[in-house]
Amino acid sequence: MQYKSQAVAMPYFIAAIGLFVGQIIFGLIMGLQYVVGDFLFPEIPFNVARMVHTNLLIVWLLFGFMGAAYYLVPEETETELFSPKLGLAMFWIFLVAGAATILGYLLVPYSTLASMTGNDILATMGREFLEQPLLTKIGIVIVALAFLFNITMTVLKGRKTVISIVLLMGLWGLAIFFLFSFYNPVNLVRDKFYWWWVVHLWVEGVWELIMAALLAFVLIKVTGVDREVIEKWLYVIITLALVTGIIGTGHHYFWIGTPEYWQWWGSIFSALEPIPFFAMTVFAFNMVNRRRREHPNRAAVLWALGTGVMAFLGAGVWGFLHTLAPVNYYTHGSQITAAHGHMAFYGAYVMVVLTVISYAMPILRGRAANGTKAQVVEMWAFWLMTIAMVFITLFLTAAGILQVWLQRVSDTPMSFMATQDQLTLFYWMREWAGVVFFIGLLTYLASFFIKGDAKDVKA
Amino acid sequence: METSTTTLSASPAQAHVHAGPRLAGDLAIWFFILAELLAFGVFFAAYAFTRANNIELFNAEQAALNRNAGALNTVLLLTASYFVVRAVQAAEREASRQCANWLVGAILTGFGFIVVKLGEYAAAFEHNISLSSSPFHMFYLSLTFFHFMHVILGLVILIAMWNGARQGRYRPGDMNGLETGAAYWHMVDLVWLILFPLVYVIH
Repeated sequence: MQYKSQAVAMPYFIAAIGLFVGQIIFGLIMGLQYVVGDFLFPEIPFNVARMVHTNLLIVWLLFGFMGAAYYLVPEETETELFSPKLGLAMFWIFLVAGAATILGYLLVPYSTLASMTGNDILATMGREFLEQPLLTKIGIVIVALAFLFNITMTVLKGRKTVISIVLLMGLWGLAIFFLFSFYNPVNLVRDKFYWWWVVHLWVEGVWELIMAALLAFVLIKVTGVDREVIEKWLYVIITLALVTGIIGTGHHYFWIGTPEYWQWWGSIFSALEPIPFFAMTVFAFNMVNRRRREHPNRAAVLWALGTGVMAFLGAGVWGFLHTLAPVNYYTHGSQITAAHGHMAFYGAYVMVVLTVISYAMPILRGRAANGTKAQVVEMWAFWLMTIAMVFITLFLTAAGILQVWLQRVSDTPMSFMATQDQLTLFYWMREWAGVVFFIGLLTYLASFFIKGDAKDVKA
Repeated sequence: METSTTTLSASPAQAHVHAGPRLAGDLAIWFFILAELLAFGVFFAAYAFTRANNIELFNAEQAALNRNAGALNTVLLLTASYFVVRAVQAAEREASRQCANWLVGAILTGFGFIVVKLGEYAAAFEHNISLSSSPFHMFYLSLTFFHFMHVILGLVILIAMWNGARQGRYRPGDMNGLETGAAYWHMVDLVWLILFPLVYVIH
């Protein structure tokens, strides 16, 4: 580790992985509830399990992004963090607030949680992914501001690279668009309209900047390719991401009561959203093929390449499947959406955070790379989780196609619940694929505890 | 515009080794131009597809457009592109001053396009033409507006190029920045050369 303050990243990474485990456990609970409806009822109803599953995902990815920023920025700017203490303080605040929120979901009825936390002063709860109590939302803003202050001050006093500036733009965008979670107009159309400014403009906008910057950083480190080359790619990727992604928001505006032209704008621009992801894949493979050194951390290289491929498949291809308005007319809100959501989040954001952790964690623990045995186990975890996710996606896609057919296309359409009954086989297969994913995750955890011939080659 | 000659290839030095055809401007801008052309191409295809189902409506509303303004704008953009070509040629002769002057001409004609287009929009809005008033109007406004935004970005780039030319930044062997910006501007022109006949003329 080149800078002492990079150590701030370590607790963030550990918390991220811990919450990741929690997310998957709740995913498994919920997957089982699809087929055994009263499993764990009334202790953990489906809607609560779903809320915990999605909220944990977002929170652990945020922990991952922050950890990655604390690790990356000192090295990029060639200076110590502005305030490591602030970074650590924010870690504990965020962790306690996050844990309290999840416990709130699990222990108190949601309506009670709402009245306990001031939702009657400013109503922001009850909306998918933004279920957090007002106090938690305010907490997130405070943590984000302190974090951005810390990172921005570090960048300002140090060397300014394209990577750190793109990362900073992404992180600022993340914080700014989160502010729309406080805006909750009574009109349902307007509510949904701005709700997507958080949800879509995060994952199909500013998060792509964060992802591209993190990927570029790791690729520079593990391939030794010239920074100038990687920066050019970064420019192209982020421009394409923003050009397609911002107006691409329109693919959520097809049927919510907005004017009809959104069907054209949304279809055309979002149909091009796979391009930046494709560029990222080409970028990753191109850089690794042109590498100027063999980095001892083979696992990190595997994660970086995997991110490119899986993000393109999950976000690009599976997104394109149902993004055109005439197709989406039938598929909207079906299991096809769930299939896309799973592979896109895993392929783009889970994998890019794991890429950074894979690269940075050994260095934070005082070695250039883990020993061969630990790396082999980590690579096993990569394949188990990634293949399991491919199958989860395929089974959900199959369920989605059947669902759309039975419920919406057929001459004698079935009701929602009657259709769900017909999908049971696919839900069971998805659950078993989920179990394999969990085994992969446990393998991943195990890889951190394998001792062996740590590689001391200079990183 | 940067003066760096780095391209997306990992070994920029190789570019100078091979004689023969050479890609003008940075490779990155060509990826970008292809993506832009793809976006407009998809939009044009959507226009053609919708028109095929509403031919009479499209013909009637197309006749109401100001074709003279469109033609004038075509001349303005083509002239601007010609000026940009002359600017690049001047820089190759190491005539920075002339290069800058040609770019001023391109910038002025580009602004001419903006003025004409704004007049056209003002007239359209007076007639209550909006994105929701008809499918043809939706395409007319969307296509021309997206192109309009590209002209504005193109002008920003031309101004940056003009600034670079005044400082004598472009020389034979160091033309990357100038050629990159010129390629972008020609793309803006090219899109209009398809857009104008498609939306204003062909019926």
